[in-house]
Amino acid sequence: MTASNLIRIAWNAIALNKMRTFLTMLGIIIGVGSVITMLSIGEGSKQGIREQISTMGTNMITIRPGAQNIGGVRMDNSSQRFTIADVNALEEESTLLSFISPMVSSNGQAINGANNWPTQITGVFSDYMHIRKLSLSTGSMFDDSYEGLNSKVCILGQTVVNNLFNAGENPIGKTIRFKNIPLQVIGILEPKGENAAGQDQDNLMLAPFFTVQKRILGITYISSIVASAVSEEQSPEAVEETRTIIRQSQKLRPNDADNFRIFSMEELIQTSSTTSEMLTVLLVVIAGISLLIGGIGIMNIMYVSVKERTREIGLRMAVGGKSSDILLQFLTEAIFISFSGGLIGVILGLTSSFLVSHFLQWPIVITTYSIVISFLVCVVTGVFFGWYPARKASNLDPIEALRYE
Amino acid sequence: MKNICIKIENLKREFNVGGEIVRALKGVSFSIYEGEFVAIMGASGSGKSTMLNILGCLDKPTSGSYELDGVEIQKLNRDQLAEIRNTKIGFIFQSYNLLPRTSALENVELPLFYNHAISHEERRERALKCIELVGLQQRMYHTPAQLSGGQQQRVATARALINDPVVILADEATGNLDTRTSYEIMGLFQTLNKQGKTIVFVTHEPDIAQMTSRSITLKDGLVVKDEINPNPVDALAMLAAMPKDETI
Ligand SMILES: Nc1ncnc2c1ncn2[C@@H]1O[C@H](COP(=O)(O)OP(=O)(O)OP(=O)(O)O)[C@@H](O)[C@H]1O
Ligand SMILES: [Mg+2]
Repeated sequence: MTASNLIRIAWNAIALNKMRTFLTMLGIIIGVGSVITMLSIGEGSKQGIREQISTMGTNMITIRPGAQNIGGVRMDNSSQRFTIADVNALEEESTLLSFISPMVSSNGQAINGANNWPTQITGVFSDYMHIRKLSLSTGSMFDDSYEGLNSKVCILGQTVVNNLFNAGENPIGKTIRFKNIPLQVIGILEPKGENAAGQDQDNLMLAPFFTVQKRILGITYISSIVASAVSEEQSPEAVEETRTIIRQSQKLRPNDADNFRIFSMEELIQTSSTTSEMLTVLLVVIAGISLLIGGIGIMNIMYVSVKERTREIGLRMAVGGKSSDILLQFLTEAIFISFSGGLIGVILGLTSSFLVSHFLQWPIVITTYSIVISFLVCVVTGVFFGWYPARKASNLDPIEALRYE
Repeated sequence: MKNICIKIENLKREFNVGGEIVRALKGVSFSIYEGEFVAIMGASGSGKSTMLNILGCLDKPTSGSYELDGVEIQKLNRDQLAEIRNTKIGFIFQSYNLLPRTSALENVELPLFYNHAISHEERRERALKCIELVGLQQRMYHTPAQLSGGQQQRVATARALINDPVVILADEATGNLDTRTSYEIMGLFQTLNKQGKTIVFVTHEPDIAQMTSRSITLKDGLVVKDEINPNPVDALAMLAAMPKDETI
């Protein structure tokens, strides 16, 4: 049979059975559409997490006191605290860290005249700005001299500025109070907006380290130390170097376990991306199941349609159609239905991904592989399930097929 | 002496129904010459349809030989049989077997879809000619559901003619039709026969059989009578003689 005859016959058969064609397509459309949507949600959340982490600085290293909780037993805390000596040791000995800063934080009300606002103040070295990739929109930073780190000044995040000062008022040079300590505003941070989790990243205050540690908190230890590895690639080595230095300054013996923990951003990215990969796998499994059900639907409808059309098959064979002609006709129908169903499914998948990102504000990433894979799987299922029952029918003798009721 | 169109020898067909052998044809032999108009007669269950299906290459005999237009049919495989059906045979079924929701014209065209040698234009041209021959030009875009039984049988006849077959086989082509319409169809067959078509026609109505030039009678799977009818009744004359409103 010539190709044009084949296409004409298949097209006529499809046009004659619009409802059946539509139902078959529906299985494919929903299958392809849901796989694409699920994959784009999975991929989107993966990239969203990665982006959020990298805005914090991808080569950041955090050192916290406290051993890993082994078997739920937590060891005595007081002996594990860091002091400024640990920071000094890192500053003197490390070769793979470019910036180092201790951190102490306190929550409380910031007060300016009649305005007050709950926020968190963090005492740091000026290196902190580089480590966290922060910058000033106006004003200047304190310096890391002894005087500088003890001075009663502060840097404000935009949210704090908005809540303590009237619009148009210049906060620079003004004095505000935090836990009754007067602090002069010397700079304002560049606004960062909300992160992917919807948290305000501008509700914070920075102040010189010793001002917060001694004047506000009245303590002698350090909550944690943050640092930057010289590069993202060298961050695993930097973590090891940091571990050696801290073990020395904490005077641990070779057999002692670490009494602190080091987190690198790289590790964090990896953990979070395995989490979101698991999410993607889960979504793909769900989508795969819907695809399978779609496939069974296609098979069912094709099977019924071949049964229904056994007399037609008999007639076509009676007037000279060969088994291969019959098979090709059904195959062409199945290919046509699967391809157009797959195509509509892709459009549906893209549309619903777009709707999800538009109305739910979820991050969405559409990858070519998700489109290609779901399209191929559906088309293959559709064609296979269309072909298989047709093959059975085309092996009947014409007279048997004609007699079929 | 005319050429032999169909030659069967000792044709047997057995069916195995749940372990029991049903012998529908027990050894049938005859020859049909080009240009003959043959009626196959016999009681119900005598094996008429079984034989016609074998002649139409829709079914295979259990044993015996069958030669159609010089081709030894029993030696052919599935695809070759399909080709024979496509090029040498025009088969008309009792139940018309038209494609539903498909126009008369497209139904008539159907066999030629399976013939490479024939172009779109030729297919259309031939279909129009056959539709005209059976007198349905006014109805060629109608679907089977919009046609009467007689008209549907005309479409089926046109479909059987389109491949210019060496023989037209009809299994009770008038079985579902009233007398007037049956005569109309018989008139059509007689006209085709006069133009030289060989026709083998199964019926169990004697008045219809009298319109053919030879009748072969089967009984229990065997030929019991084979006689030439020197003066076939003219179907169109009968039709003209019938009162207009008569239906039986
Ligand atoms: N596919 C089949 N399987 C089993 N037995 C069959 C089959 N086809 C026909 N027969 C048997 O063969 C015999 C002849 O049947 P056939 O259909 O040829 O009769 P017929 O002469 O055409 O009868 P009718 O006038 O009723 O159409 C019957 O006894 C029938 O039961
Ligand atoms: Mg019969």
